[in-house]
Formats: sequence, C-alpha cells, structure tokens
Amino acid sequence: MTTPRRSRTRSRVGPQSLTGGRTLDVDRLLDDPRTGIIVCCGSGGVGKTTTSAALALRAAERGRKVVVLTIDPARRLAQSMGIEVLDNTPRPVAGVGGGAGRGGSLDAMMLDMKRTFDEVVESQASPEKARQILDNPFYVALSSSFAGTQEYMAMEKLGQIHADAQRDGTYDLIVVDTPPSRSALDFLDAPERLSSFLDGRFIKLLLAPAKGPARMMTAGFGIVTNTLAKVLGAQVLRDMQTFVAAFDTLFGGFRQRAQKTFELLQADGTAFLVVAAPEPDALREAAYFVERLSEDEMPLAGLVVNRASPQPIGDVTAEGAMAAAQRLRKDDADSRTAGLLRLHADRVRMVERETLLRQRFEAAHPQVPTAVVPALAGDVHDLAGLRQVGALLAGERPT
Amino acid sequence: MSSRDFPQVRLHIVTGKGGTGKSTVAASLALGLAAAGTNVLLCEVEGRQGIARMFDVEPLPYAERRVATGLPETDGQRGGVVHALHIDPESALLEYLSMYYKLGRAGRALDRFGVVEFATTIAPGVRDVLLTGKVYEATKRNSRNKKAITYDAVVLDAPPTGRIAQFLGVNHELAGLARMGPIKTQADSVTTLFHSRRTAVHLVTVLEEMPVQETTDGIAQLREHGLPVGGVVVNQVRPRDLDDDDLAAVRAGAVTKRQIASDLTRSGLDGKAEMVTGLLTEARDHAERRALEDAQRALVDALDVPTYELPLLVGGVDLGALYELAGMLRDQGLA
Repeated sequence: MTTPRRSRTRSRVGPQSLTGGRTLDVDRLLDDPRTGIIVCCGSGGVGKTTTSAALALRAAERGRKVVVLTIDPARRLAQSMGIEVLDNTPRPVAGVGGGAGRGGSLDAMMLDMKRTFDEVVESQASPEKARQILDNPFYVALSSSFAGTQEYMAMEKLGQIHADAQRDGTYDLIVVDTPPSRSALDFLDAPERLSSFLDGRFIKLLLAPAKGPARMMTAGFGIVTNTLAKVLGAQVLRDMQTFVAAFDTLFGGFRQRAQKTFELLQADGTAFLVVAAPEPDALREAAYFVERLSEDEMPLAGLVVNRASPQPIGDVTAEGAMAAAQRLRKDDADSRTAGLLRLHADRVRMVERETLLRQRFEAAHPQVPTAVVPALAGDVHDLAGLRQVGALLAGERPT
Repeated sequence: MSSRDFPQVRLHIVTGKGGTGKSTVAASLALGLAAAGTNVLLCEVEGRQGIARMFDVEPLPYAERRVATGLPETDGQRGGVVHALHIDPESALLEYLSMYYKLGRAGRALDRFGVVEFATTIAPGVRDVLLTGKVYEATKRNSRNKKAITYDAVVLDAPPTGRIAQFLGVNHELAGLARMGPIKTQADSVTTLFHSRRTAVHLVTVLEEMPVQETTDGIAQLREHGLPVGGVVVNQVRPRDLDDDDLAAVRAGAVTKRQIASDLTRSGLDGKAEMVTGLLTEARDHAERRALEDAQRALVDALDVPTYELPLLVGGVDLGALYELAGMLRDQGLA
C-alpha cells in the first residue's frame, strides 16, 4: 500500500535516521507569508508551550510580525517574556533580535479564560444585561470552571486577535498554544458542543417557565423539571433559568462566533502542528489528533516530536557496550569506563525504542511531515533557550 | 493489606503533571496494595481507557471488573485481587438517579431532553461531583451492601495536578451554588471523606523543573484546601550508571581519553578516537543532566513529605513492568 520502506532491523542508529520519513520544514512554514495562524496541539506535558514560544520567536527573528497566545507557561518562561501579568492583552517581548531590521516583532499574551468570557458577554449585551449575566452565580461557575470553557475561550481569543490583526495590520502571524485538555480534542469540540447545547431542547425547557406558555409542559418536561428541582434544589434551577433567560439573546452571537472561528481554523492560512513526545501515550494522542484534524479538514502541517533522546555517538551497540562493561568490571569493580559504557548502552536502547515508536507512527501516517527535537539537558526559561529550541525545530544541529 | 506508610488510608488519590506517568504509578500502587486476601479497586475518570491498555484487557465498561492478581507476597503467597472501574459521568448520573431517587423512567427522560449531556459536560462542577461521588460510594461501601464487593483500598487515577484541588474541592464551589438539596448533601459527604485521614493525595513528578514546580504548587494548594497530602513519587529516574565520584571526575575533566582508550581496547572494543570522544561527550551530557536532577531532587526533599522513587524503564511499561514497580513501591512503604 505504501512505498517500500527501509529495513527496520538495522542495528545501527545514527544521525541520518533522525527522521525516517518526510521532514517538516519549519523555516519554510514560518517564512511563508500565507501562514497566518499556527496552532500547536497535543496531550499535556509534551512541551506545547515551549514549542509555541520557540516558533513565535524564530518567526519574529526571521522578520514576521508575530503574536503568541499561551495558556499556562512555566513561571520563569512567562517572566522572561514579560507576560506574568494576566491582563489578556498582548505585550511586546523585549530582547527579540535579528528580525528587527527586517520588520519582525514579537508580542505575547497569556489567556485569562474568565476575562475573555466576560469580554464576550460585555461586547454582546447591553451594559445592564451584561451586569445581570456577570453577577449570576451560575455564570460565575460556568465561566471559571466548565471543563470546556478554556478551550472555547482560547479559540474565541484567537478569533478576536485575528480580526484585530486583519483590521489594523498589527500581526501577520498568530501562534496559539492549546490548553492541556483532558481529551486532546476538547478544543475542537468545545464550540460545536456549546452550540449544540444552546440549540438543544434543554435550553427551551429551562426557558419555558420563564416564558410562560404551559403548552410546553408535556409530561416529559414535567418529570424533567421536577427531577431537576429535586436533585439540584429549586435555588439552582432558578439561577439557571435566570441565566439562560438573560443569555438567550446572546446565544445566536456565540454560535456565529464559534462557527467563524471554526472556519478560520479550516482556512488555508492556518497550520496545525501536533506536538508529541517519543512515548507511546503521547504518540497515540498525536495519532488521534492527526486523524481528527483530517476528518474535520483542518490543515495539518506536521508532527513535532519533542524531547527525543540525544543520538549516541559511535557505532557500538547496546549489547556490545554492556558486554565490554562486564569484562571491565571483572577486573576492576569500580571501572569508570564500564560506567560510561553502560551509559552509552542506555542511550542506544532509548534511541532505538524511540525510533521504533516514531517509525510505527510514520507507518500509520506516512503523509505527516515530522520534525524531531532532541532533548536539551536543561529546562528552557529564557529567550536564548527558546532560540535554541527554535533552531532545533528548524533542523539545525549543533556542530 | 494497607499501605505501610499510610495505614489508615483507604482512598489513595494519585495525581501528577501530564507526562509524568501518574496512571502507571496508580496501577502499580493498586498491584502493590493488593496483598493476599484483599480486594483493591483502581478507578479512572478521564475517559482514556488507560487501565484497559495497561492491563491488556478489553475496554472497561461502567462496572467493576477483575483485571489482575496483586503482587505476590515475599513468602510466595498469592496476591489479592485488583478490580478496575472506568467511571464516566453519564453512567454515574443515571446510576445516581436510579439509586437515590428510583428514577428509572425519569432518568431516561432526562437523557432525552439533553439534561444528562448538560449536567455532565456544561453544568459547572457537576461532572466532578458525579465522578468523585462514585469513588466515594466505592470507598465507603461496607458489608451491609451484600451484592457489591467491599474494597480494602481504592486507588484513583485522578486528573492532573493543575486541576486536582478543583476536582476534589469543587464540591465547595457546587455546594455554594446548590445551597441546599440532595446534591449538596451528597457533595458534603464526599468532601468529608476527602478531608479525612482515610484519604491521601499522592503526587507524581519527574526530576524536571516544571513538574517539580507544579508539585510544589499542588501541595500548597491541597494544604490550603485542607486536603490530606500523601507522598511524592519521583518517577522515571534515569539509570545511575555513574556514581558521585565518577560524576565529579567527569565534571572536573579528570577522565582522560587515554584511560578510556586503553580500557576500551582491554575490553575487546575498538578504542578509536570517535568512540572515546563519544563516551566522554555522553558522560558530560549525563553529568549536566544529573546536576539539574539533583537540584530538583533537593527541592522535592525540601517539601517535607514522604518521597518514593521509581526508575525510568528503558524498555517501556508493560504488565510485567507494573509488577516490578509495584514491588518497589511495596519495598519503599507506599504500598
């Protein structure tokens, strides 16, 4: 079905095997003026935030006017980018070099979910009505803790920034980091789920008593409202009804916005990057993503495999190194060279395993170009570190 | 058998930053706790079917299934039984309605009107209350309930550290929202269990800056909410092929190429320059990483909670590996 593939039984693992299939050309993606939005998605703990920030910085230093929207950056990284204050507005990042001469710039912001939600309400409703909604206890809980709100708001903010950028020409590239979702697909589903809920019978049911006509009250409705009152308590039901009644006029606006953002994501200017680590779980999630994105006709640009173990140097196999270490230990139990050989063996095994995992992914998704980023010894918390990650993403290898 | 370090604890809640291996730790803990003659329940709540994958069984339904035999005792005695339960909020809600309200028909009506979907996806906090409510029910079950299995311990593979306080404490939020009524009563009982000495929240981390930071923040947050902090499991600890002396020598540049070359030749390998330089470079990388890990380890030690250590398994984690990890947790006293 696919083109013949190189033998997998190769025992030598060398730099040339770093990417088996198609290589993702990160610089071409960043330099292409048609790329207007890059969305980084993937499961939690794979380095999405760092990847987003590194891509944004690299693009800026190559001359693009970039804004990066992050969700929950590590504190020191946020500090170094000057975005530890949550004010929901992009702020210029100091210390961006290189591209300045070419007109590049970098702004960054950290998403404040509740504030974004509030802003949407404020922009859609009259001041009195907005107040009524913002003060409703049900809204307060919904806007700060509903499991899909963060995903939805990230997309909402993306839509806003994009509209502003189109109007004012402030940015020509938006890089978005997605929330670490319970399910990797939450952020794609959230707008749809919200709309379908808002269209649903349940809303009509909640609205029915407020709107009066008893003809709505079929037997089923009666059971439902009674049950709700019984289980949730009448107070909660009243709060919910007030909220839904007040929110009713905004629903259309929400649905429209959700639809627009969805279309924006499907447009040609958008590129999705699926971020993963070379581990079975992360790659499985990545596979879901790839399938889901193609199902929804979202433009997938490629896969980024972060934190790949560094390539071993030399051509001694794990078994060879272990055997040699054993021989050395026989003469000298504390042999330091034996320790070094075992270290080498661990590294070879780790890389072999990761390579195998990547090859399996590639076998199932041969169309997905991949960039492999070797793990750095330390954590990234400044622009220099991001620059280094950016270079690795683009395939530059330290000499 | 109960946990050696946490003898009073019936409910072990395992959290951790994404990617630190909390599900692996939860599964190993369940195997380790299942001593001869006991029943342990392992619950998952995030809809991932991770348990089914780890134990290589069919995807789990909303029902308690036997998935494995616990880790054997040192005297060779056969271990107890590990059961697993995949809790999804929809089923939990319908069960809750029929159990407490005898609402078979109304439950279905609710489903038809999209209420179940609303309650489990949109309504703030309800989802978490349903999930934790089921865990509560399984933990508090006793011999009066003839039809159901009574568990000696329950292990919950919980949401990640960033969400854990909300997940466990969300009852307050909801209890505030529902100022009275049965949901509030239910939420209050759950809260009481979570805040009692029968519960411990264990945090899984790896020796990297962000996960350790998140663990530190998580512990502070749990304590702030009065939730009982258990232990910290330092997971995926890299092999320690070099001891402190070796590391010091590598860092000081005291390991000579000539020595390595002669050792390599003596061991039957080709002591050519590329290999010698390679080994030295790898050793320096390793020394750098170890220094960072040691710094993070010191931060973990300063947290003043019991710590446990599990190695990075180079070959990946299969069922056999879970038993191996379970043995280590038992040796170290968490199980």
